[in-house]
Amino acid sequence: MPPTVTTVTLDVARYRPEQESEPTVQSYEVPFRKDWVVLDALNYVKDQLDGSLSFRWSCRMGVCGSCGMTVNGQPRLTCAAFLSAEPSGPIRVEPLRYFPVVRDLVVDITDFMRKLKKVKPWIVRNEEKPLAEGEYRQTPDQLDAYKQFSMCINCLLCYSACPIYGLEPSFIGPAAIALAQRYNMDSRDEGARERLQILSEHDGMWQCTFVGECTKACPKHVDPAGAIQQYKLTSAAHWFKTLLPWGMK
Amino acid sequence: MSAGSHYTPYHPRWYRRRVSVWWWLQSRSYTGFVLRELTSVFVAFFALILLGEVRALGQGPDAYARFLARLRSPLFVTLDALSLAFLLFHSITWFNLAPTAMVVRVRGKRVPGLVIAGANYAAWIVLSAAVAAIVLRG
Amino acid sequence: MDLFSCDVLVVGGGGAGLRAAIAVAESHPRLRVAVISKVYPMRSHTVSAEGGAAAVIKAGDSQDAHAYDTISGGDWLCDQDAVEAFVREAPEEMLRLEHWGCPWSREPDGHVAVRPFGGMKVERTWFAADKTGFHMLHTLFQTSLKYDAIQRYDECFVTRLLVDEGRCQGLVAIELATGKVLAIAAGAVILCTGGCGKVFPFTTNANIKNGDGMALAYRAGAPLKDMEFVQYHPTGLPFTGILITEAARSEGGWLLNKDGYRYLQDYDLGKPEPRPVLRSMELGPRDRLSQAFVKEQEKGRTIEGPYGHYVHLDVRHLGEKLIDRKIPFVRELCLKYMNIDPVKEMIPVRPVVHYMMGGISTDIDGATPLAGLYAAGEAACVSINGANRLGSNSLTECLVFGARAGQAAAEGAGQRGEPSPALVAQAQDEQRRIEERFLHGTGGAEKIATLRAEMHQTMEASAGIYRTESTLKEAAGTLEGLQERLPDVALDDHSHTFNTELTAALELSYMLDLAQAIVQSALERRESRGSHQRTDHPGRDDGAFLKHSLAYRSADGRPRVEYLPVKITRWPPGQRVYGR
Repeated sequence: MPPTVTTVTLDVARYRPEQESEPTVQSYEVPFRKDWVVLDALNYVKDQLDGSLSFRWSCRMGVCGSCGMTVNGQPRLTCAAFLSAEPSGPIRVEPLRYFPVVRDLVVDITDFMRKLKKVKPWIVRNEEKPLAEGEYRQTPDQLDAYKQFSMCINCLLCYSACPIYGLEPSFIGPAAIALAQRYNMDSRDEGARERLQILSEHDGMWQCTFVGECTKACPKHVDPAGAIQQYKLTSAAHWFKTLLPWGMK
Repeated sequence: MSAGSHYTPYHPRWYRRRVSVWWWLQSRSYTGFVLRELTSVFVAFFALILLGEVRALGQGPDAYARFLARLRSPLFVTLDALSLAFLLFHSITWFNLAPTAMVVRVRGKRVPGLVIAGANYAAWIVLSAAVAAIVLRG
Repeated sequence: MDLFSCDVLVVGGGGAGLRAAIAVAESHPRLRVAVISKVYPMRSHTVSAEGGAAAVIKAGDSQDAHAYDTISGGDWLCDQDAVEAFVREAPEEMLRLEHWGCPWSREPDGHVAVRPFGGMKVERTWFAADKTGFHMLHTLFQTSLKYDAIQRYDECFVTRLLVDEGRCQGLVAIELATGKVLAIAAGAVILCTGGCGKVFPFTTNANIKNGDGMALAYRAGAPLKDMEFVQYHPTGLPFTGILITEAARSEGGWLLNKDGYRYLQDYDLGKPEPRPVLRSMELGPRDRLSQAFVKEQEKGRTIEGPYGHYVHLDVRHLGEKLIDRKIPFVRELCLKYMNIDPVKEMIPVRPVVHYMMGGISTDIDGATPLAGLYAAGEAACVSINGANRLGSNSLTECLVFGARAGQAAAEGAGQRGEPSPALVAQAQDEQRRIEERFLHGTGGAEKIATLRAEMHQTMEASAGIYRTESTLKEAAGTLEGLQERLPDVALDDHSHTFNTELTAALELSYMLDLAQAIVQSALERRESRGSHQRTDHPGRDDGAFLKHSLAYRSADGRPRVEYLPVKITRWPPGQRVYGR
């Protein structure tokens, strides 16, 4: 191990529902190491200073989506937030905004899990192709059309960046809409009509007023804001078509 | 789940922080967003002025002259100047967002955002120039 | 305590678990199937797999060739009937995933593309850029949402299997959010909890990979097979252990020592060619590459850094375009976590613990010797991986044997009624144990982190790439000492709500059991085969050890090792030849 140069203070939000009715802040002094991320510092706290601090983490390589928290006010994956990249002074670590807090840095995401299922994030076919006939052909360009939206790791930073979701928790939200769009744009899928109906409901895409913060927060460049706006365009076009006498039913 | 109830084992008490009325001051981008939303009021204001103008025109030359005189009052000049500033702000932020909403594909490849925003700006300038030409020639 | 019941209960929501659950829902729609996992399914470690999944689809390839690569790669410790079933069913499983929407990388004409991979003689690895596991997991998870028959218990930590009348009939778990203890009765239980890389200090494995399912089965009396075989992946980033996929080498990356020399040519792995050659050099099997690193280090030709020795992985000559198209995640990881751009700089890498070839002993249908208990994925050892797994076989294994275990469990489950009084009593005992032991403040002055660190040191020193009798014996003693100190671990956290210190303590106890099984199995295998290299027994000994080890937990908690013959069908043991 390289020698410890200095230390840094973590101001960590604590919430222990069995003891307190509101969150508090607890400060911890941890070694400052150039190659440490905020998650390493939290693990240092957990292992060496205070075993009662609760947070989620797993892969430590930015792909499992577990360790999203609010670092110095910004929604971040703590496994990719280097201590050295934060401004000097104490680093504030809080749970993801706009979600109910279960304990310390752990938030409740059952709301998202319900919404995800609602948008039917699976291939919908009128008729299934038998396996014996082999794969669906899909050119690299067709793959490119939805690839970006398929990169979502469900880390929920986008919900935490979305003030609309904060004000209106029934809003179906950025990641769920992006995943709906992921399947709509997939050349193998035939479920766009079903999903459009779901997303045109009151809590669907029209709640979004294009703040654009979801896209900035996304660590995987999924661009949920883009997905939502594209969806709106499709939906509007669809609606206009229904107005035309020769339009679709 | 109400905040006042006491914790009992196996019954979670989640904490939900209320969103402050001032949430839009928390970050510069939120403030920018709310400004963009608010500036739509000035877009509406401008539309109303235009409607008023058409109505005055329909009522005859006297009514139209009275309407123009009113527009020259300091109050309306200030309002118009403000409207112009906010309309510009609104238009520019909107055009900057356009590439996100518009996915144009040419031969399967996505057209880069800069091109789309650029096309929007170009169209804006051309239309403005055309309008200016008509107005100034008259 | 809350009581639930279902017909088939899958533990773990990764690739194997979800595939098993879907198999049950599709083939037996009237059965109630549940998935219980300590994390949300999309957090499972399948998500981290990068390179690809092998299955024969291209002209010029054959299932026999895939089988031979797998068996020779496994140093003839694979059960060949299992390998034959595996290569036969692999293409269909992969196609099924394609039909479910997995974004496989494609050829210009729209067919699925394949790439070369280590130890494979033919290109047969399907890939979704270099996030194959991620895409497979999310495809499986999102597809699983379609089936209303699949019920989920997310973030529930399993503490014990319920066994009555010689049959596994359910389990006890803690619901993390509330701390409530759940007892779930089931007609069949399938363990798909992954491996136990976290027994070692330096691993590509996620924090959740503590071998929970292996330990649960072991404690319930089922044997663990071939636990001595631990795969080191030759290219992990120093410090973090982040995996740099084998695809980086299969696309043409080079391994260079401190002199910029492609050192693998010195270790009977072929001659260096500018372009990648299958089953040669950087595309040799993982065990041989990791062993070459250690030899190179002994010769003083590696580079010393703050986190130990390393060598360089050089992909610069591939060019930015190919890197961004084929291995974009490698670039992303290097930029984000090492501040290195592989387009312009060499990547520091070293071998790092990656995969457990061993696991819960199962037959070809995923059934363990304990009735009612099944296993699949890395948690299981069906024996297709033998003494060394080939890259890109494990994702496919999750699908093939996940589906098989699901089918078999569904057929063997029968409809379940309410849990019997005997099961309820067992579950209540378990609840009392957890409350008294952990939440009411018993224990002494020991800390979880201290014991864990000592276990890590012990395992790295004794059960690493090269092993020897004396250090293994010493390690067995140290691990026993750690077991004795385990009851002295005291928790800071006595709350019921999302108590991650409690789960860490339980995970530590699981890992210690598994560490003992690994060390004992390694101690008793006095030969070198695949990933198990004994400096005191350097040769392979087919006469004495062409057989699987089976570690049973004896009454005093120590492992007892027995043996089981390897099933040979068509490929008699031969020499492993690479690069020639």
